[in-house]
Amino acid sequence: MTGYLLRRAAGALAVLLVLSVVVYATFYIAPGDPARLACGPRCNPGQIAQVRAQLSLGDPVYLQYWHFLQGIVAGHDYSTGTALLHCDAPCFGLSYQNNQQVTDMLIERLPATASLAVGAMAVALLLGTGTGLLSALRRGGITERVLTWLTLAGTATPVFISGLGLLMLFCAYLAWLPFPTYVPLTGDPEQWAWNMLLPWAALGLLESAKYARLMRSSMLETLAEDHIRTFRAYGVAERKLVTRHALRGAVAPVIALSAADFGSMFGGAVLTEMMFGLPGIGALLVHATTTLDLPVVVAVVMVTGTAVVIANIVADVLYAAADRRVALR
Amino acid sequence: MTTQLTSGGPAAGRRETGPLVAVSGLSVAFSAGPGEGSGGIVRAVDALSFELAPGGALGIVGESGSGKSTAAYALLGLHRDTGADVTGSVTVAGHDVQAADDAGLRRLRGGVAAMVFQDPLSSLDPYQAVGDQIAEVYRVHHRDASRREARARAAEVLDRVGIPDAARRARSRPHEFSGGMRQRALIAMALACRPQLLVADEPTTALDVTVQDQILGLLRELRAETGMGLILVTHDLGVAAGSVDDLLVMKDGRAVEHGPVRDVLHAPREDYTRDLLAAVPRVNVRRETRTDGLPQAGGDDSVLLEASALRREFGRGKRAVTAVDDVSLTVRAGETVGVVGESGSGKTTLGRMLVRLLEPTGGRLSYRGRDIGGMKERELRAFRSELQMVFQDPVSSLNPRRSIGESIADPLRAAGKLDDAAIVARVRELLERVGLDPASYHRYPHEFSGGQRQRVGIARALAPEPKLIVCDEPVSALDVTTQAQVVRLLGELQRDLGLALVFIAHDLAVVRQVSDRLVVMRGGRIVEEGPADTVYERPAHAYTKGLLAAVPRLEAAEAPA
Repeated sequence: MTGYLLRRAAGALAVLLVLSVVVYATFYIAPGDPARLACGPRCNPGQIAQVRAQLSLGDPVYLQYWHFLQGIVAGHDYSTGTALLHCDAPCFGLSYQNNQQVTDMLIERLPATASLAVGAMAVALLLGTGTGLLSALRRGGITERVLTWLTLAGTATPVFISGLGLLMLFCAYLAWLPFPTYVPLTGDPEQWAWNMLLPWAALGLLESAKYARLMRSSMLETLAEDHIRTFRAYGVAERKLVTRHALRGAVAPVIALSAADFGSMFGGAVLTEMMFGLPGIGALLVHATTTLDLPVVVAVVMVTGTAVVIANIVADVLYAAADRRVALR
Repeated sequence: MTTQLTSGGPAAGRRETGPLVAVSGLSVAFSAGPGEGSGGIVRAVDALSFELAPGGALGIVGESGSGKSTAAYALLGLHRDTGADVTGSVTVAGHDVQAADDAGLRRLRGGVAAMVFQDPLSSLDPYQAVGDQIAEVYRVHHRDASRREARARAAEVLDRVGIPDAARRARSRPHEFSGGMRQRALIAMALACRPQLLVADEPTTALDVTVQDQILGLLRELRAETGMGLILVTHDLGVAAGSVDDLLVMKDGRAVEHGPVRDVLHAPREDYTRDLLAAVPRVNVRRETRTDGLPQAGGDDSVLLEASALRREFGRGKRAVTAVDDVSLTVRAGETVGVVGESGSGKTTLGRMLVRLLEPTGGRLSYRGRDIGGMKERELRAFRSELQMVFQDPVSSLNPRRSIGESIADPLRAAGKLDDAAIVARVRELLERVGLDPASYHRYPHEFSGGQRQRVGIARALAPEPKLIVCDEPVSALDVTTQAQVVRLLGELQRDLGLALVFIAHDLAVVRQVSDRLVVMRGGRIVEEGPADTVYERPAHAYTKGLLAAVPRLEAAEAPA
């Protein structure tokens, strides 16, 4: 197991290294001179030259990339002309917009994104697996039909429409909920939950249908297996056949998919964050992209990539834990 | 004497004076699904009646599709809620299975009548310890039993069926057991609640002869010890012959013959039974001598394929497993070399190396004097058409989404020598050659029976006009009658086309019917080799003797009483 995790970690590092090369190239592919972007629109050529020196933009490309990696691993010192600014590891440089450390900006934004991802995944899993189980075991019932319709509608509707609909219904028309404003979990857990409710519902609905479909097909497949027939032939009740024998095998693929999805939510829930004004990483990425704040863009992509890679390792470990026949090597 | 089984009284432990099983006028019909054309009804079992006395043993035999398993399932009411239409009456130990409510049926299952299924790997829950699964079944029928008592009972029955160190092995999961141990575990599960009837559905079909022999012996012992009744469903008359008192022969859902084993085997009244008996391969009967003399009159018998010190390992380092070790073998044009051995003996690995689907990791392999052992794929292409293979599972070795004609045409297209019209003509000719309707070119694998599918597999192997075909367990998924037909077909093809065959099988009797020479493998090595009749009649190696002794024989039971 330890050996397996070490090997997977090494593989993950290799993937991230490749990703970093590709992402770092945006500095040179993106339109505009990084020094001019960093300095701002009203800089004179002298100031731009000064910034260029500060950011070592005159160095060969490979050296700049090396310094970028060094910053992530060991931190980096920047001179702002008058003072020396130390950027702790992991350092993704300074924002072109306000000279803030990119790492700090990310850390500031992480709680909102994590709140959204955890809650939305919970909604998607509960609604999706519940609907999937119902349609596998009690197909045609009224609850099953309503839930299946709901998950399909949720998936088919873009989040900026379903989100708007939810806002209008629950905040404007029924006035059951306040218009969401992000309240940190550490500040006021109750308000945090009330305010996150609609974002969770919107993103959870969007993801739910695929879990419903996967759960349904996986459960039907497992129920058709020979070992279920064995226990049926020994008088085990149908309900127990499902809970004791079929469920475990049937949820394995659901767990694996949800872990991978969870990773991508850490950078991918852009629309939901924008829709509900959540100060998360997705919203940060949108802002950074429109203002060509390259260090922030690079950092967000690296963080998202790391989350996806880790989530995939977790997914494989969970899958192996659910199915003891899978040996991790 | 029929007692209604309702949600009240105790189910097990009654003493009945009447028959243990009474089936009368049983019919089971399935509605054919959409796409089957007629939309009609398939009558799997048709007006079947039989009785079994307490402690008696009945063998239900027939070809696949004869309805024998369907009839066995009806004894436990397993057709309920499946959409099957069951009529007639089934009474097991005084309980009316048809009239029982769901709870009553659950008490019957396992408590009064227990079932042992064919495939012991897939029939156990892969996620749970074997002992826990048995304990769960025990607690279904003994609700007041504690977990500890149930575990103790599980260990007890596992010990009874011969699992060594049963208390500890009870904590193992099914994949940690061998095939024979899994089948023992399933039998242990059946014993857990002391049923009065054991229904075994092809319990040994997935097992090697030696393991089969042990399992059948265990069933006989348990019957003598517990006095329970046995219904043994099998396509193999040899398996049934030594284990039951009465035989019921089924065809197309109907009973064609029913009587004591000796009578049915010695003096069958029906033609169908006679055909079935004739189809059973006999291990102690010599191969039918070829009418036209040994390897094709006038044909050459030059060495085709020569393997020396052939070796194959899988995995690396500590995990490396040597599947084939130091095997030397020659195959001459037009002869059949039989390869027998238990599962894991390296037969299949050897077969795949002979046609170079696998690369040997050591030794030399030459085909007509050319070393093909280490040849690169590009160079091998010239020889591919001459070395072909027929696989065991005719279901999974054909692409279900392509018509059989297309599948057979594949090797011809790959060779690229013929144009489309010529390929279609050749495929039709091949279909006819293997006994299929040439018009079935555009039909799909699911429309064919197992035997027909294997004929398609043979036609595909014949397509590029090979010199040698390796047949890997070509008939072990088929019932005896179909086996006999496919074996006969291979013999005809060999005679007409001068083919060399390597015939790999675990069934020694089948191999005897086709082989000129025999190779016995064990643990990746050849333990004995020689002319087939010599090896069968005067085996030199103890292992060969053991294998031969384990083959079930009809003759003892056939002899008049």
